[in-house]
Amino acid sequence: MINSTSFLIVLRFILLVLLQVLVFNKLNFFGYINPMIYILFLYWYPIKQNRTTFIILCFFLGLCVDIFSDTLAINAATTVTIAYLRPTIMRFVFGVNYEFQSFKLNNSTKAQQFTFLALLIIIHHLAYFTLEIFSISNSLLILQKTLTVGVSTLILGILFSTLFSSKKE
Amino acid sequence: MQQIINFLIRYKIFLLYLFLLLISCIFTFQSHSYHQSKFLNSSNYISGSIYTFSDNVTSYFGLREENNKLVEENKRLRDKLFNNVVLSPSLIDSTTIDYEVVRGRVINNSYADQRNYITINKGKNDSIVQDMGVITDKGILGIVENTSDKFSTVQSILSDKSNINAKIKNSNHFGSLVWENTTDYNVVQLIDIPRLVPLTIGDTIVTGAMSSIFPENIPIGTIKRFDLDNSKSFYFIDVELFNDMTNIGYIYIIRNLNRKEVLELEAETEAND
Repeated sequence: MINSTSFLIVLRFILLVLLQVLVFNKLNFFGYINPMIYILFLYWYPIKQNRTTFIILCFFLGLCVDIFSDTLAINAATTVTIAYLRPTIMRFVFGVNYEFQSFKLNNSTKAQQFTFLALLIIIHHLAYFTLEIFSISNSLLILQKTLTVGVSTLILGILFSTLFSSKKE
Repeated sequence: MQQIINFLIRYKIFLLYLFLLLISCIFTFQSHSYHQSKFLNSSNYISGSIYTFSDNVTSYFGLREENNKLVEENKRLRDKLFNNVVLSPSLIDSTTIDYEVVRGRVINNSYADQRNYITINKGKNDSIVQDMGVITDKGILGIVENTSDKFSTVQSILSDKSNINAKIKNSNHFGSLVWENTTDYNVVQLIDIPRLVPLTIGDTIVTGAMSSIFPENIPIGTIKRFDLDNSKSFYFIDVELFNDMTNIGYIYIIRNLNRKEVLELEAETEAND
């Protein structure tokens, strides 16, 4: 059981990084919209796992994407941030429910899943573009990019999560 | 002591988070001000191979267009060759040339970020080193930043770190080519041209002679719009690029054979000051 879960996580890690760098980084929709689909790793990651490994894994996830897209460590910094904030977001979205052993992401309502994903994306994108642009005088540009890229990530994220949602688990 | 250990155990997740965040922030700020880290960039072996694989697949879709571009360039070069009535032997003699050209291919391109990098399939094995110029058949593209054995990353002119010497064609007024309006990837900015210079929209901008990276007179783009900057003594010029930065295939890497000599001489002069 443990083995199959870890195998799934590693497979997801590799596939999401490849999907991100080979497909979505080259999309350039309207010139600059590249959805950051690799965040789904954090959305799908099992809830009951060790937090330390989770944060370290997320750091390497961000670092891998960074190495490929030459944005050294911006992705790593933001991914670590949302990895750290994930329990807080989950408590906010799912209430105390999520601390019970029986809680599964699939059992929650669609609205809750949607809010959870949207919050992950908003925080990630805001931090990402703040670090990338790194100037207060361009704060309008930061907001604009966060909004447009965020919406595109959200749409694709919902599509992917419905497409690959596992009813069996 | 007990309390310190308790504190560490209780906040270990938070401390781990801070530690990882600190590492990534150090990387980030380093890449803001210095050349990128030597190994953690897309010219390393693994990412280079993956990008080569992906390029092998996708390059087939643009073959016809690439062919047209090459034929077009051949035609231009032949025009020049035939009009140059006497082909002087000094053009072929390898002891008198200043520049050597290496042919390469883009395997990964980006233009939507603040600092864009291009990965190419030539590296140390082809004697590519840092700070060599990269051009296409239409105009300049960027400067080599990092190299591995088989790949290199090129800092695109679409980068807020980029700063290239450029001038107005047929005059010697030179300025710096930068990318300030970082949302438009077809337009770069030329600054530090004094206001006494006569300008018209449509004038051609080419590389200047002050650089030891690019040869003089490589085309860059045309003037799209110009205005005085805040100090009212210099122009701020929008330059529309000849290159379509979103569609780049084959490239040429320029090695300046005199660069070492120029740099040594300049360093010596500065040391004597």
